[in-house]
Amino acid sequence: MPPRPLLPLLAAVTAGATFALGLAGCAPAPESGTVTVLNSATDTAEHTKNQRFFDRCARRLGLRVEQHSVPADQVSSQALRMASAKSLPDILELDGSELPQFAETSGLRPLDQLGVHTAGFSRSAVALGSFRGTRYGIARSVNSLALYYDPDLLREEHVEPPRTWEELRATARRLTGKGTYGLAFSASPDADGVYQFLPFFWSNGGDEARLDGRKGADALRLWRRMVDDGSVSRSVVNWNQQDVNDQFVAGRAAMMINGPWQVPVLDGQEKVDWAVAPIPVPRAGDEAVSPIGGTVMTVPKSDDADREENAAKILNCLNTARNQLEWGEAVNNVPTRTAVARDYAERRPKLAAFAELVSTARSRTGRVGTRWPVVSDALAGAFQSVLADGAGPEAALSRAQRRATAGE
Amino acid sequence: MSTLPTTAAAPAATAPGSGTAGGRNRRTALLRWAFLAPALLYMAAFFGYPLVRNVLMSFERYTPTTYFTGEAPFTGLANWRAVLADPLFTDALWHTAVFTVGSLLGQFTIGLALAVFFSRRFRLSALARAVLLLPWLVPMVVAAVVWRRILDQEHGILNAALQAVGLTDGGVPWLNSPGVALFSAVLVNIWIGIPFNMVILYGGLQEIPRELYEAGALDGAGPWRTFRSLTLPMLRPVVTVVLVLGFMSTVKILDLILALTSGGPADATQTLGTVTYEMSFMRLDFGQGAVVGTVLMLISAVFAVLYLRANRADTGTGK
Repeated sequence: MPPRPLLPLLAAVTAGATFALGLAGCAPAPESGTVTVLNSATDTAEHTKNQRFFDRCARRLGLRVEQHSVPADQVSSQALRMASAKSLPDILELDGSELPQFAETSGLRPLDQLGVHTAGFSRSAVALGSFRGTRYGIARSVNSLALYYDPDLLREEHVEPPRTWEELRATARRLTGKGTYGLAFSASPDADGVYQFLPFFWSNGGDEARLDGRKGADALRLWRRMVDDGSVSRSVVNWNQQDVNDQFVAGRAAMMINGPWQVPVLDGQEKVDWAVAPIPVPRAGDEAVSPIGGTVMTVPKSDDADREENAAKILNCLNTARNQLEWGEAVNNVPTRTAVARDYAERRPKLAAFAELVSTARSRTGRVGTRWPVVSDALAGAFQSVLADGAGPEAALSRAQRRATAGE
Repeated sequence: MSTLPTTAAAPAATAPGSGTAGGRNRRTALLRWAFLAPALLYMAAFFGYPLVRNVLMSFERYTPTTYFTGEAPFTGLANWRAVLADPLFTDALWHTAVFTVGSLLGQFTIGLALAVFFSRRFRLSALARAVLLLPWLVPMVVAAVVWRRILDQEHGILNAALQAVGLTDGGVPWLNSPGVALFSAVLVNIWIGIPFNMVILYGGLQEIPRELYEAGALDGAGPWRTFRSLTLPMLRPVVTVVLVLGFMSTVKILDLILALTSGGPADATQTLGTVTYEMSFMRLDFGQGAVVGTVLMLISAVFAVLYLRANRADTGTGK
């Protein structure tokens, strides 16, 4: 046992250390010339690809880019924590659907003020980065949904890829056979399921600001009928988009609704043959309206004008025609410059359907803005109760409408 | 540290002791508080502060803007009213109750049965016990993903087994039907919780003196009588611990549900945990999320108090 006088000292030191530990942990300010980025590129391949493009731009500008990546669903909470510590990165890459909530805080710099322009970008891509008419985010590429199918199976049954809802139902029934469903889609009660319901909802004229009404109900009825026909598995209420892809790869679905991010997985399977067609529309001649997805790069406000300027320079460089095209090809997403998207479709004919859809696609937050998360929940509740609980489409949608507007 | 002597002075002054030994008593009291300080500071910083903050947050309009401006306007009961009026909250409350009671009942009964079973040694009993511990080692999310496959209506092994013995024709819609999904979630959670219950109860059984059983046998008690009149009463303190700890970890369930059903189908497996997660981290409405969080804390607090009282009663009668 140590001599007595030491004891209080020891206790005091321990107490002090407890204090110090609680206060430590403030990040050092990055040196000038370094541009920091927060994104969701946690996957090694994706991280490296990103860094290659960042480096390419930074080298020319005499800068350095430091990437900090966290899982996609943690980007916004991580960014909020950084905001409260006044340590936001120079470039914050958010999912398009999260942009309104950040733009509303007025913590983001409008891109106009920084000389970051989006002339020649597709309307939907501009909408994805805008909030109440002001552009806060820039997307270099976007994704959407289309109909993947197994060409061999369709050939065997002598059917063409369906173009209308009626054809979709008939073809799905035809392709359903031993161990194989005609179609797979995601109807999970989260962002995945809602993303997949939107092309049906929107193509029929559904309105996310007024969920009830015949148009939305018809879309729900289509989903329900295909499940009742037995050409879509009842398990779709539990499938996210990854599960849907797994079903397709395993040969348990002849067609599926999915996005271009599945291409590397599909190409990695030697036995899987696939092709892509646009999303079927309600009636021949209708326009397919798919949701537009992807991330947008934003510039958080900073006390240091140089930092904002450097970030803007990087954004402009990443979005030159050449860089957009190469990036789009690297990640299988469609470049946001309409001219570049055309080049992309020519160079990647297999994914041309996506390039086409993106020109008519819509942003989820364009109409309802910051209310999107609540609307999205309500919509998920509607298709889940129709598919899993046998609710009537009209009743389900009027309940969804009440739920979406409850807080107002 | 500068405030420490003044706070330490108060208990020193009230401490019983003669005047001559006052200085020395004061020193001892000071010393006591100094040793307590790290623990108290730790509790205040990492339990007290977040708790109080969470309660305050439930009365504030706490949105992403708050993180940028630091302003969270006081809104009175607005968040509470909105959450309590939300049918989803009432559903979630009910689901949480069913999930918790169902899980605890299953975990405890099976855990106790296994503990009693393993309390008599037999060949390979140690090995079998070790194997039964496995679910405990599997991360919750991994377990949920595996169970999702097992419970798949068409390709899951559970339905295949049930069909093979002729118990079902089309397969049970374990995760696809709102009427069954909560039950399935309870089943999975029981599987996860059995090892914990078994281990703690097994430990408790080892503590019961063998002489008591011998005495019971001499008095002619059968196995059931021995269990009811001997094992259970002797095991009571351990049972309380197991149930209360089980309750606290079950009532706040989140990861298992998210990975298993994401709260679906048709909100059938929404619990207080998933609702607060949804409100805080998907809608970024931290005020409303805090309301549900506070309700969860209140429920846990009630049971913590019950636990402490039961514990006190036990130690009281034990002495």
